[in-house]
Amino acid sequence: MSTEQSRTTGKVTGIIANLVIVQADGPFAQNEICYIVHQGVRLMAEVIKALGDQAYVQVFESTRGLQPGSSVEFTGHMLEATLGPGLLSRNYDGLMNDLDTMTGVFLRRGEYTSTIDLKKKWSFQPIAKAGDRVVAGDWLGEVDENGIAHRIMVPFTLQGRFTVKNVAASGEYLPDETMATLLDDHNRETTVTMIQRWPVKKAVKAYRNKPRPFKLLETGVRIIDTLNPMVEGGTGFIPGPFGSGKTVMQQAISKQAEADIVIMAACGERANEVVELFTEFPELDDPWTGRKLMERTTIIANTSNMPVAAREASVYCAMTIAEYYRSMGHKVLMLADSTSRWAQALREMSNRMEELPGPDAFPMDLPAIVSNFYARAGFVYLNNGKTGSITFIGTVSPAGGNLKEPVTESTKKAARCFYALSQQRADSKRYPAIDPIDSYSKYLEYPELQKTLAEAISPEWVDKVNRLKNILLRGKEASEQINILGDDSVSVDYHLTFWKSEVVDAVLLQQDAFDKTDARTPLSRQRYMVDKIMEVVDAPFEFDSFEEVQPFYKRIIDKLRQMNYSEFESEQFAQNETDLKEIVAERTKEL
Amino acid sequence: METKALQRIYTKIGQITKATCTVKATGVGYEELALVDGRPAQVVKIVGDNVTLQIFSGTEGIRTNAEVIFSGKPPTLKVGDELAGRFFNAYGEPIDGGPQVEGEEREIGGPSVNPVRRKQPSELIATGIAGIDLNNTLVTGQKIPFFADPDQPFNQVMAMVALRAEADKIILGGMGLSNDDYLFFKDIFENAGALHRIISFVNTTEDPPVERLLVPDMALTAAEYFAVDKNEKVLVLLTDMTLYADALSIVSNRMDQIPSKDSMPGSLYSDLAKLYEKAVQFEEGGSITIIAVTTLSGGDITHAIPDNTGYITEGQLFLRRDTEIGKVVVDPFRSLSRLKQLVIGKKTRADHPQVMNAAVRLYADAANARTKLENGFDLTEYDQRTLEFAKEYSDRLLAIDVNIGTTDMLDTTWELFAKNFAPEEVAVKREFVEKYWK
Ligand SMILES: Nc1ncnc2c1ncn2[C@@H]1O[C@H](COP(=O)(O)OP(=O)(O)O)[C@@H](O)[C@H]1O
Ligand SMILES: [Mg+2]
Repeated sequence: MSTEQSRTTGKVTGIIANLVIVQADGPFAQNEICYIVHQGVRLMAEVIKALGDQAYVQVFESTRGLQPGSSVEFTGHMLEATLGPGLLSRNYDGLMNDLDTMTGVFLRRGEYTSTIDLKKKWSFQPIAKAGDRVVAGDWLGEVDENGIAHRIMVPFTLQGRFTVKNVAASGEYLPDETMATLLDDHNRETTVTMIQRWPVKKAVKAYRNKPRPFKLLETGVRIIDTLNPMVEGGTGFIPGPFGSGKTVMQQAISKQAEADIVIMAACGERANEVVELFTEFPELDDPWTGRKLMERTTIIANTSNMPVAAREASVYCAMTIAEYYRSMGHKVLMLADSTSRWAQALREMSNRMEELPGPDAFPMDLPAIVSNFYARAGFVYLNNGKTGSITFIGTVSPAGGNLKEPVTESTKKAARCFYALSQQRADSKRYPAIDPIDSYSKYLEYPELQKTLAEAISPEWVDKVNRLKNILLRGKEASEQINILGDDSVSVDYHLTFWKSEVVDAVLLQQDAFDKTDARTPLSRQRYMVDKIMEVVDAPFEFDSFEEVQPFYKRIIDKLRQMNYSEFESEQFAQNETDLKEIVAERTKEL
Repeated sequence: METKALQRIYTKIGQITKATCTVKATGVGYEELALVDGRPAQVVKIVGDNVTLQIFSGTEGIRTNAEVIFSGKPPTLKVGDELAGRFFNAYGEPIDGGPQVEGEEREIGGPSVNPVRRKQPSELIATGIAGIDLNNTLVTGQKIPFFADPDQPFNQVMAMVALRAEADKIILGGMGLSNDDYLFFKDIFENAGALHRIISFVNTTEDPPVERLLVPDMALTAAEYFAVDKNEKVLVLLTDMTLYADALSIVSNRMDQIPSKDSMPGSLYSDLAKLYEKAVQFEEGGSITIIAVTTLSGGDITHAIPDNTGYITEGQLFLRRDTEIGKVVVDPFRSLSRLKQLVIGKKTRADHPQVMNAAVRLYADAANARTKLENGFDLTEYDQRTLEFAKEYSDRLLAIDVNIGTTDMLDTTWELFAKNFAPEEVAVKREFVEKYWK
């Protein structure tokens, strides 16, 4: 890093939208942050190409009115996240400026606010003691952040081993007070505060190892938990045309998932969608702790009308916060909606730089960028043997809803769960519109997960899940046959097969995200309903003609759906269950 | 734009392309407005002392020694209450023979609202059209386009919605509007006695297409004045956004940018989002609602323009001619209002969400039955009933000539359910069936 005296400066020589060319008077680094001074306002920018002493920088703000000759100050560092207590419950822009402390109704360019509230005191408890040998990421102490243990760690940037010289005693401290002093092998001192900085594009690797994930992450969304399970430390993506339910799906997961911490990156999507989060999260309860959802959540908002150049920064900042909390031993869920907007931002810039374009004019290295990003998720064992995880789910917005496009294809290679939303299902209001045939969770094939599922739910669980999938597949085939040959040209069995799959579809797959009860189904209830469905599907019904099949199953579906809408094990639930039994008995008696 | 004293004048044009010219000049700001040989132009690129200007009306006949006058500022609009009732061109100059508007001069395309300063929209907009109010309820602060083929009566429907919407101001941004359509809007607003609430920025088919690019920002700058400074409820009508996007592609092609899908610029999403995201509900009561038109080609919504639009807007209203009833309907499958959740069942009767979804499911069953029929198969008795239901549903609720209250819409739907189905076929929550089944 350059020192204050030797810091490089420069002058603007060219402006093409938010790509600015700077003539530098000294050395600078790729991805270094600089500030362009325009009429007394400092506009933040990042070096994205070096050509001799010319720096090509992308400005994170509008460049309107900017003139050649404006002066530029290089900072000597890359884009960094400021990490410390108080990140939770905050609403940041894509560069981690606190949106709530900004002035005025409109965003003013060049207005940068502090990520951390430096005036707030935290109640500190030491964990390490003098003489301990520590490395980056090790816990020195902790503060209570909304009921979550926020560990104060050896900064990730410190390399090598250190000996703790001293740690502050329990008490109230400001974030920038010295909490510990470390000594390196040459007895040089390093002081540690509650705050550290990390260059967001680099992965934090302060952990011992990263095994394959093996624990279910419950989301309360039936089509995920039962059929395509997500795991702690897993990766998944939700591609789908507009209006198919990506955002609703992600928001449902963010509200219901069994996570300690939720980081949401609203990347290039609608402002009103984050307003919904701002409005609802402080009111809604975390179903796992009873605290308010906002207390476990950080929102990074770079909505579609905010600077395009900060799209990329927004997802990297979010991932860095996730890594920070994972290192404290927490179960972190990170969501990004939509990763396609980030890819588009890369495309805009690559085109402006007149780089050789890849497919659909996206940059050539898009697949590598996507897979490196997804690789930052995962379940880890920390150096102290404790565990932590980042589960990452991104949405993808394929152009024209066509999944054969670069962002979808790149992501498919990187993510292990594929939740494909289908236009057809959305059109017929079969929500969530996840295509049950095309979607998958690779984790279901992991023996590690199968083992924990058998222990946590039941030994037959995975077999049941596979049977359900099979029923859906056969139902689809039967319906295709019926459509080709006609209702009465196929045997009644085809209709039976189809309607069995309709039961699974209507009762298990379809779930109303806006109904208080139906929105979240705990795993125990999912298990109960799966058994109910199996009972109906396995019952030896017989029909004389195909015309009897549909009305009968419709009645069954109606009862099962009423059960879904009723409080679990309530009177109403029991009543519907009794009604269902009677309907089932009708057919069974007739035999 | 008039020439004023102290303006910097240059005459050394180095390069002229179809849409741009490059002049040697200094002290010029990015996006600054200029006059090239009297034609309005804007700075789109600066490299050293080479300043590239996009000339809105094209470069035909521009001479290499033409006069380039820089204005020292980006495009602006003078805002004030006097805007009301006036008609302007894309530069904000009066075209109604009236005087110049005096007022505070504001840059158009200004900064975005801090998302934490927005309020969650919650006020229902009643239009009387059941295809909208029942199935795709609109909310103040929403942004939503009509998706329609060019032969659909989208401008008529939009004008009708605007007049019924109880807005304090209606701001029309017309892009590539035919003269007939321009006069249509003028007449319908005048006949409704609403002219004093209307402000229009119009680029007609007779004007250069690239000028259109200024129209939405002009309209939205005026909208922000009334919504922020005056706390008014403003409705902005943008028609036709497909022609706006076409102008974007003309410019980017002429500037040799690498086109992405359907020869649209790679930045189409961001370009459109910057406009549509001006829709907002403010804490203090002011709001901007945007209703737009995106014309389709042969109903194709996968084309880059409707596709990017759909990813940005809060739903879309899809107009289609229903040949069976011979009327234009709001298609329930392809239409969507994403903000309806905020009001239905809350500002309307509690059964609204369930009734709406059940009716659409049954309508989907009818569509399947119709496919069967087309493929020459026999229909079951249930299929027959769905077809009966669908026809009446289409005629009495989906057609755009319907004008009733939301409660009537719900009652009508229940009536159609009871007429054609048994309660379990409708699959609505028990409590509602008990209350409303007729
Ligand atoms: N699980 C669900 N239950 C009920 N309605 C849903 C569900 N998922 C989606 N929807 C409906 O679909 C609309 C679009 O969903 P959204 O998630 O915003 O789509 P996308 O993000 O894919 O564009 C929502 O506004 C809502 O009306
Ligand atoms: Mg979305």
